[in-house]
Amino acid sequence: MSSIGTGYDLSASTFSPDGRVFQVEYAMKAVENSSTAIGIRCKDGVVFGVEKLILSKLYEQGSNKRIFNVDRHVGMAVAGLLADARSLSEVAREEASNFRSNYGHNIPLKYLSERVAMYVHAYTLYSAVRPFGCSFILGSYDQDDGPQLYMVDPSGISFGYWGCAIGKAKQAAKTEIEKLQMKDMTCRELVKEVAKIIYIVHDEVKDKAFELELSWVGEVTNGKHELVPKDIRVEAEKYAKDSLEEEDDSEEDNM
Amino acid sequence: MDSQIKGVSTGTTILAVTFNGGVIIGSDSRASIGGSYVSSKTINKLIQVHDRIFCCIAGSLADAQAVTKAAKFQISFHSIQMESPPLVKAAASVLKELCYNNKEELQAGFITAGWDRKKGPQVYTVALGGMLLSQPFTIGGSGSTYIYGYADAKYKPDMSKEECLQFATNALALAMGRDNVSGGVAHLVVITEEGVEHMVIPGDKLPKFHDE
Repeated sequence: MSSIGTGYDLSASTFSPDGRVFQVEYAMKAVENSSTAIGIRCKDGVVFGVEKLILSKLYEQGSNKRIFNVDRHVGMAVAGLLADARSLSEVAREEASNFRSNYGHNIPLKYLSERVAMYVHAYTLYSAVRPFGCSFILGSYDQDDGPQLYMVDPSGISFGYWGCAIGKAKQAAKTEIEKLQMKDMTCRELVKEVAKIIYIVHDEVKDKAFELELSWVGEVTNGKHELVPKDIRVEAEKYAKDSLEEEDDSEEDNM
Repeated sequence: MDSQIKGVSTGTTILAVTFNGGVIIGSDSRASIGGSYVSSKTINKLIQVHDRIFCCIAGSLADAQAVTKAAKFQISFHSIQMESPPLVKAAASVLKELCYNNKEELQAGFITAGWDRKKGPQVYTVALGGMLLSQPFTIGGSGSTYIYGYADAKYKPDMSKEECLQFATNALALAMGRDNVSGGVAHLVVITEEGVEHMVIPGDKLPKFHDE
């Protein structure tokens, strides 16, 4: 468990004696309370998977999206305070749009994630505002630069990844992701593995039902970020459920 | 149009042509006032905006210099932020934004040409009002009106460097021979992945045609 920063945690403009900014760490806690989102980069694209917990039977299916389109070729999966995440997706959209307006071509993902990370970081400097309580994963595909995946957290850091996970089950998801040989996989193969990982890390006991939101961008979509088509999503979920049953069965045999 | 430009104008001939592996950008070197006084016989209208990207200017010299100065700064800053050489398209877009957003005050047109790793050799025209167009080759300035026929007839895609140099030199010489506000020496810059080569051909060494 982390320590309580009594007295040094009232504003983002205060350091603690051991050099921590507690407000930023508390913001990261907000992300850890949210359900899991993962993004994996493969040979020819990027796939996002989000575990969307269904809090009420009255929710319309497909609403309350956690994956956004930032530009034609860029997708963003979020975890944490959703209102914060939505406002950051608007920031990212403006950055991408201004870049295209000035320079005439698609914004490179490294640059976009650095710009949005800089914006997030700005909110960790002052006591008048609070840090953003969300992390997000950005993914894109470009014919020349190939697939790219970046993650930004509430401290305003951005790193490039082959696979990353955010949210409550991120440790478990990371373990599963590390088992994959994503550099050799195609998007079609990866979609099924992403669905499987979300099913594996979903906690049946604590959280009841969930809806799986899957999206991808890559050669298979001609460089356009979009939700995975229904038939492929259904096939991926079936693969995920079947794999889980197999594992359950093999556990019983060992007993 | 050129005769209404206040002050020094580059009644001019400019061109840019892609060839196999690079692009050649060229211009004359005359600056005139009012169409009858040559204020400079040897100005360089080929401005380098980045390592492998050049611009040639037409219209009001003052406007062109102001715009290219701003564009050079923006492109240089952009390149440092991106940590990679700028795309020719990005450089042309920067110029286009400047021309379009200030179209009421400016009277300058540009040809941007260069080489980048993504698309290789490219040529872009940025017209007076801020139109941006990509073409395999383009000619501009007041002298260009006299060589549209020559250029259309003689241009071939995928020329060798020598063929392209001959094409560009001939085109410039023909235009300078007929347009009173184009003349002086011919400036040519050859841009390839390897580097940039600047050539100057003095008036007496330019190709001569039947009546010269």
